[in-house]
Amino acid sequence: MTLIETKTLGTATTQIEFTSIPQDGTDLLVLISARSASGADTRLSLNGSTAAFSRRDLSGSGSAASASTANDNYIGDMGNSAYTANTFGSTNLYIPNYTGSANKNFSVEATNENNATVVSLRILSGLWSNTAAITSLAILTNSGENLVVGSTISLYKITKGTDGIVVVS
Amino acid sequence: MTETLTKVIVDCSTGESTIVPLTAEEIAQRETDRLAWEAREAERLAAEEAKEALKASANAKLTALGLTADEIAAITA
Repeated sequence: MTLIETKTLGTATTQIEFTSIPQDGTDLLVLISARSASGADTRLSLNGSTAAFSRRDLSGSGSAASASTANDNYIGDMGNSAYTANTFGSTNLYIPNYTGSANKNFSVEATNENNATVVSLRILSGLWSNTAAITSLAILTNSGENLVVGSTISLYKITKGTDGIVVVS
Repeated sequence: MTETLTKVIVDCSTGESTIVPLTAEEIAQRETDRLAWEAREAERLAAEEAKEALKASANAKLTALGLTADEIAAITA
């Protein structure tokens, strides 16, 4: 697993986008530590597109569990000003075979951080119905709310050998 | 004053990052995404409320028949 880039916001902005993603890896891992100014959604954009996404997800709030399905680019909650100050939601996004010519599936584990009874954990399976190799990836909020200063996103590539074994470099 | 919406672009080939304003198309897409999400959330919440209302109604009818809370729980759990 190799770190491609990591970005910590010094200025609040609505989106962090990684472009010119190297095409010599097998899978992508995105680690997100983020908080929104107001909206709580974490959204995904691939190759500049927010269309053709679908998902199935399970979530637990501590008092109830639920399952849902939808056709959108939502991948979890990051928390916002309603949550404990200076806490950031944590999200792991894994995208296998990102350079392949098939539709791109991905998986997510996400939790928002809150020093109170209301907090949620979510696991999600998603699909981007597009066969293009992924060359850019963006994490954004819904409807233009800012990610706050200190939000960090790290992009890793994972390279598997011809025998399927991950090469650590 | 209207805040200018921006994004950070990190070029993985150079490591350089730049802050640029969102395009009109990107802003419009965000609004479309937000409205779609709100519509689905409203639909989901309405369905949950309807289900809770049915549950309360059923419990009330069972209570009227003389079942205790424990008995209702035993047959509805």
